[in-house]
Amino acid sequence: MNLSPDQKIFWQHGFVTLNATIVTTWGLMLVMTAGAVLITRKLKTDGPISRWQSVLEILVTGIREQIREVGLRDPDKYLDFLGTLFLFVATASLFTIVPGYDPPTGSLSTTVALALCVFAAVPIFGVRARGWRGYLASYLKPTFIMLPFNIISEFARTLALAVRLFGNMMSGAMIVGILLTITPFLFPIVMTALGLLVGMVQAYIFAVLATVYIAGATGDGEG
Amino acid sequence: MDPMTLVALASIVTAGLTTGFGCLGPALSEGRAVAAALGSLAQQPDAAATITRTLFVGLAMIESTAIYCFVVSMILIFANPFWNHVVAKG
Repeated sequence: MNLSPDQKIFWQHGFVTLNATIVTTWGLMLVMTAGAVLITRKLKTDGPISRWQSVLEILVTGIREQIREVGLRDPDKYLDFLGTLFLFVATASLFTIVPGYDPPTGSLSTTVALALCVFAAVPIFGVRARGWRGYLASYLKPTFIMLPFNIISEFARTLALAVRLFGNMMSGAMIVGILLTITPFLFPIVMTALGLLVGMVQAYIFAVLATVYIAGATGDGEG
Repeated sequence: MDPMTLVALASIVTAGLTTGFGCLGPALSEGRAVAAALGSLAQQPDAAATITRTLFVGLAMIESTAIYCFVVSMILIFANPFWNHVVAKG
């Protein structure tokens, strides 16, 4: 029983190991990049647009709208980072319908990496929006007594981001794996469908939480 | 009772209890959260977007506690460090 795709090793040389997590992550990146390049090669502004262009337009406008609703007034500044986060987590869970595929987000290393990206992005965006003084002053709100707690919360919420995504994805893969060994073939399909739903919700939540944290750091959010 | 049996027993019982009790609280609180959200949706349908988004974020927060318990019980059963230690000794 594999707890994470890290334990499936394809190739090892010295201290460099290529495990399933790395391979599937790069595969996903390849698919997404190639898809984006292929679709955006021939964009049209008039006449009937292609189906794929419609999909991309829906995605981009939808993500932009969500970012604006959380309270960031200028969503285009944050669209690339947050949109990539959402799309990566979403496609990682979408591909679970392919047999023999382990979602890379079901490994703690991937989710910690994503959470660290958010952890690093929050001060960067905060400083860019308010300057050093303004950003660091936000740690002294509401009073200076809250300074240690604000710093602790910064780390705790990063850990929570990572473990939440990991736990959800891992549990989905785990339950399907266990059911495959003890039940007939039909029941794991239902659980896979449920896992797809959970994956989408988690992708949405990951992106929305990142947006909320960034909105808090730049000072134009609800919290 | 030899140490191997003891570790196995403790791990399995604790894993079951962890998931059981760890799902109680989040289940109750998620029910209350959804009920409150439905109530406010009925009162203010035009604020649906904000309510839904906040509800989902809140549900994620609540659910992560259940997920922590689940992860702990999975570690106890499938990746128990004491287990390897006892097996190596015995």
